[in-house]
Amino acid sequence: MSNMILLGTRKGTVIVDRTNSTWQPRPIEHAGIPVCYAARDPRDGTLWASLDHGHWGPKLSRSRDGGSTWQDVLSLKYPEGARYIVKVLPTPDFDPLAPAGQPEYADATVYKIWTIAFGTADQPGKLYAGTIPGGLFVSDDGGETWQLNRPLWNHESRGGDLFAGDATSENRWFGTPASIDYGVFEPGIHSIVIDPRNPDHLYVAVSSAGVIESTDGGLTWTGRNRGMLNDYMPNPEAEWGHDPHFVAACAGQPDHLWQQNHCGVFFSDDGAQNWRKVSSPDSGVHFGFPIAVDAQDGRTAWVVPARADMARMAIGGGLCVARTTDGGQSWQSKRNGLPQAHAYDIVLRHALDVAGDLVCFASTSGNVYLSDDRGETWQCLGNNFPPVYSVRFG
Amino acid sequence: MPTVEMTSHLYQFFPVLENRTISVPAGSVAQVLQHVNDIAPGFTDYVLDDRGALRRHVYVCINETIVFDRKTLSDYVSDESVVYIFQALSGG
Repeated sequence: MSNMILLGTRKGTVIVDRTNSTWQPRPIEHAGIPVCYAARDPRDGTLWASLDHGHWGPKLSRSRDGGSTWQDVLSLKYPEGARYIVKVLPTPDFDPLAPAGQPEYADATVYKIWTIAFGTADQPGKLYAGTIPGGLFVSDDGGETWQLNRPLWNHESRGGDLFAGDATSENRWFGTPASIDYGVFEPGIHSIVIDPRNPDHLYVAVSSAGVIESTDGGLTWTGRNRGMLNDYMPNPEAEWGHDPHFVAACAGQPDHLWQQNHCGVFFSDDGAQNWRKVSSPDSGVHFGFPIAVDAQDGRTAWVVPARADMARMAIGGGLCVARTTDGGQSWQSKRNGLPQAHAYDIVLRHALDVAGDLVCFASTSGNVYLSDDRGETWQCLGNNFPPVYSVRFG
Repeated sequence: MPTVEMTSHLYQFFPVLENRTISVPAGSVAQVLQHVNDIAPGFTDYVLDDRGALRRHVYVCINETIVFDRKTLSDYVSDESVVYIFQALSGG
């Protein structure tokens, strides 16, 4: 059973330890620095934090002594020649009937290291990092060096190999705000799923493009968005342009994957070959950011429903966690111990986690809640944390 | 030799640069920053992006003049100059 929770917050990394039956936060690490993701590598216990410096660029920080001391890891860098097609947003004088111009290109620079993922137990030192603007970086030496996965970067859905020259296909990836740099709006990789049965089998999720799968260790990639809906787009069933908020798989049943986006909760039980919507606005489960899946039962998942889309706050002023145990056919609202009045929290995509019977989530209002009975009852671990970006059991 | 001064914010990450006079050989801004990086490995990752350009919210002045070439850092720093490295301010 887990005895540690890592919080990535607007003001640093907070580690919460369990001693006997109580959970106690330590003094904050990386004080004053936004931490967009923090997690523990289950293979060797190394702690990782993704620092989202406002001025000094994204950095990875690593602790090999359980969080007592932290060291910077060499910065991830895009290789020379890495470019992407800039999505030019329409202006008031935009003429939709004018002939399309040539694409605009930008040299890639890392705006955010949005997530970190760990290889399987038989891949010591294998790490993945997902960035804005849409780069998957891989390390084979525990984070000492990193390489951009070029097949994904050069994917035809992004315009093809821009190292080699001009675009050879249309860019179908849209953007997401990179908070460190106001005005930057580029694709971002926030979810990396590694199949525990086969480390060459990977999924990544991109805001705003969709889910992409590799079965050959990242040499080739195929979009996996069949059944997804974009009900705010001209073509709701378009292959690309989806905005998965987070994608998670069941460790014990890796063909069971879940995601939530602007249009509902989606479930796949065939390895993302097909997705189906398993929520409806009337059910109270529709919009939200995070999703967590049970490690053994792929039909059991948790979400934190929110008011869509322009509101992005708790529904009706009361916080709840919704749980399904039947693949999304039905959802149960869990509220015991959560505030049911004057709650305006929003829980971001990495800020919900499950470990056995433990469930923890935290909000941008600085509230952290924990359940030790799979969501039936909740206790508050604190109300005055900085805005929380990520929650991960260690 | 030119000297380099910087926002105290950077001392948080590079304490080796604090409470000392940082003197480096004259040359381009790029060379000056590289010399600072030799003293404090990793320093350029904080002020330069993937392409070696100044990060968007980082400013460098030679004496009282903001450097012109933010991309390749070719502005020349002479022997008598002081290079200042500072950050954009934001409100709260």
